[in-house]
Amino acid sequence: MSGRIKPVTAVAIIFFLVSAVAPLFVSSWATLFALILAKGIVVLGIILLLQAGQVSFGHAMFFATGAYTAAFWGKYVGGGDIVLFIALGGITSAVFGLIVGLFVVRYREIFFGMLNLAFSMVLWSLLEKMFHYTNGADGIRVPRPALLGLSFTPETFQYVILYVSLLAAVVAFYGVQRYLESPLGHMLRAIKSNETRLEYLGTSARRVLLIGYMISAFLGGIGGALVAIIQQIATPEFGFWTKSGEFVFIAILGGSAHAFGAFAGAAMFECVRFYAAAHLADTWQLILGVVLIVIILYAPNGLIGLRQRYGQAKQGGH
Amino acid sequence: MNSTLAILAILDGISYAALVFLVSVGLSLIFGVLRVVNVAHGSLYAFGAYLAATFSLAVAPISPWLTYPALLAASIVIGVVCGGFIERFLLRPLSGQEDVLQLLITFAAFMIMDNLQRLIWGVQPIFAAEPLRLLPNVAVFGVSYTSYQVILLPGVALATLLGLRYFLRRTLSGAVILAVTEDREASTAIGIDAKRVYFVTFVIGASLAALGGALASPTTSLVPGMGADMIVLSFAVAATAGLGQIEGTALTALMIGLTRAFVIYLQPEFEVLVPYLLMVLVLLVRPFGLFGAVQVRKI
Amino acid sequence: MASVLLSAKGIKIRFGGVVAADGIDLDVLEGENLAIIGPNGAGKTTFLNISTGYLRPQAGSISFLGQEITAQLPRTITKLGIARAFQIPQLFLDQTVMENMLIAAASRLGSPSGFTALSALPELPEMERLLDLVGVKSYASRKARELPEGQRKLVDIALALALKPRLLLMDEPTSGVASAEKLEIMDILTSALAKEKVTSVFVEHDMDMVERYAHRVAVWNVGKIQKVGTPAEVLADPKVREQVIGI
Repeated sequence: MSGRIKPVTAVAIIFFLVSAVAPLFVSSWATLFALILAKGIVVLGIILLLQAGQVSFGHAMFFATGAYTAAFWGKYVGGGDIVLFIALGGITSAVFGLIVGLFVVRYREIFFGMLNLAFSMVLWSLLEKMFHYTNGADGIRVPRPALLGLSFTPETFQYVILYVSLLAAVVAFYGVQRYLESPLGHMLRAIKSNETRLEYLGTSARRVLLIGYMISAFLGGIGGALVAIIQQIATPEFGFWTKSGEFVFIAILGGSAHAFGAFAGAAMFECVRFYAAAHLADTWQLILGVVLIVIILYAPNGLIGLRQRYGQAKQGGH
Repeated sequence: MNSTLAILAILDGISYAALVFLVSVGLSLIFGVLRVVNVAHGSLYAFGAYLAATFSLAVAPISPWLTYPALLAASIVIGVVCGGFIERFLLRPLSGQEDVLQLLITFAAFMIMDNLQRLIWGVQPIFAAEPLRLLPNVAVFGVSYTSYQVILLPGVALATLLGLRYFLRRTLSGAVILAVTEDREASTAIGIDAKRVYFVTFVIGASLAALGGALASPTTSLVPGMGADMIVLSFAVAATAGLGQIEGTALTALMIGLTRAFVIYLQPEFEVLVPYLLMVLVLLVRPFGLFGAVQVRKI
Repeated sequence: MASVLLSAKGIKIRFGGVVAADGIDLDVLEGENLAIIGPNGAGKTTFLNISTGYLRPQAGSISFLGQEITAQLPRTITKLGIARAFQIPQLFLDQTVMENMLIAAASRLGSPSGFTALSALPELPEMERLLDLVGVKSYASRKARELPEGQRKLVDIALALALKPRLLLMDEPTSGVASAEKLEIMDILTSALAKEKVTSVFVEHDMDMVERYAHRVAVWNVGKIQKVGTPAEVLADPKVREQVIGI
């Protein structure tokens, strides 16, 4: 097993190095890469749940929770620090994940997806309509926070947040990989293939899924806090169902068989959006939709599946 | 709340429920047969609305009465062309694959249609209220309301409900659809062409979404995002009722429509919250929906 | 006399019009291999399902080591020391055979880690030994999905053994295994059970197997136990021969 994943790990290391170095040469890439890394962290959470065979079509609720945690702090407490925002965003989301999780882990497949969607739409409606607290659809501005007490100019700040995102992404990537190889991670995957056997081994599948769900919510919260800091705003759209769809999209685009799929997918997604938005006015959604269709029809294992597929074709292709 | 407002709320609720029912029942029908949640359903609704507006603005100068057939024509065109395309070229190649891929490819269709809609019809609101203005107002318990909304819309919804019931339970094609819904493998084994059934069902479901949009177009301004709002709402209705339940969808649409209408008059900021809160509560207690387990027979 | 490990009293369950258990009383004794025989539909698998908490009986009770376990969850009963092997192997098909075994080991140990690797579990050599014991060690690093049916069956039993149970319930352990290998497998299995001091109950159709490996036999017929005794006693009963074995 560990022998087979090495090439992917190598690609992952190269990717993280590129995101550290490339923005030094093109400054507009700093924000682009920061966004890719932050969204990749969220999608790691989707990939975790996909291991258990469950698709959450409401995961944006945790993304929004992380983002609004940072935004509320800025609005009601004032000031703020990147480290504080990330920690608070992650913890608030994990707690929210525990509460929602207690309900949703009782269900599987379409019912799991539906209930997640329902919860996320409740959150979205509240963010949209509790105008007094949330500014409604306009969202809440997130002023540039400090980092461990140090303040930065906008030019420096985009690099600061890039490297914070990179650090968070690397830690999350490593943690998720360890988790997936651990007994708990293997049990999570066992839910997809044979939940009955898992129960007959004396393990509660719901409990295993709940832990996975909380971790996934935690990652969603961290990603949400980061994106809110990068884009300096949190809006209800962060929790809308299309955002949830986008995260599942990125997971399938990258490939859900390996944790790196999250970042491969996020890189592809954000780059297409970045360049299509710059060069082809208002067609990025169209282009991404077509890309997704092509991937699903011709490479259902996603971008990281392409290499394996090519390898297999070479091996067994007579 | 006085009685006039209460009657207004009831009438609002009924006309809204009629539209929501048309869209939701299409979604439910598609899920019942193909086992796919069609994420592009809201886009079919939006396309139906925009094309209906385009058609009726085009024919209104000839004769305003032509706008009615224009609404119908628009929904059929969208149902057959867009719905047919999605089923034939996106869903069919994925039959037998993981559910998440089928769900996601309709999400891709949603993204594309959402973008196309902005490219074709722009982002400025479009109004085409001719069909609404053409019919006189009626007085219901002293409250004046457009007959388009309190008679025509509920009438079409009721006709759709009865028509679907008749089609599924009394005709051969309907029986074939039901057979595939109940046992896909057995029905293929006895020679039913499941592919054709899927195609026909999807086109019917898509046409119903488009019809909902076409009929809604005279009553509201058409804006980007209307499709994204409608898909979750219709999904909430269909899931609350129990996916695949036709009569249940009608009752749930009415319930949500009326609740929403009263909430708008009493506590307007909670308007959007109502259907989703209801969905959460119902699914927690009855994951198969309000009517899901009661009737053994799906659809 | 050996002590009673599992005790069923007055178990009743019906599915619609079918009576699958109609007052089942049965004691399983420590250290024995008890065979359950009977025609299809007599309720043999139902008895295993009730004993492991998969089904809740409409009447009656089951106790294990003197503790009431009626209608407990399968995982609770498993934790008490009853493991189960299935007629259709229940494996984690996307994981390797060794990973399957280690998941079982981690389940038995409880509070599984979310950070240290599964393959770093100290139980690894023990799991290797168990796989070796049932003769599938060479498949350890293959995905369970890639195994032929007979081998899956053995892995399924090894998974149950990995739980270190006091009692093992097996539903037709040799069905799906080529008949030439049946004797060999049962030899391996019964000696393994004796060595690990595991009591077993197994549903079986093959009378040769029953004669050879069971200490006692319980004969099921239409939801009732028709006869309990040593294989020789049971096979000598003309009624059993006629109604159950069909000779």
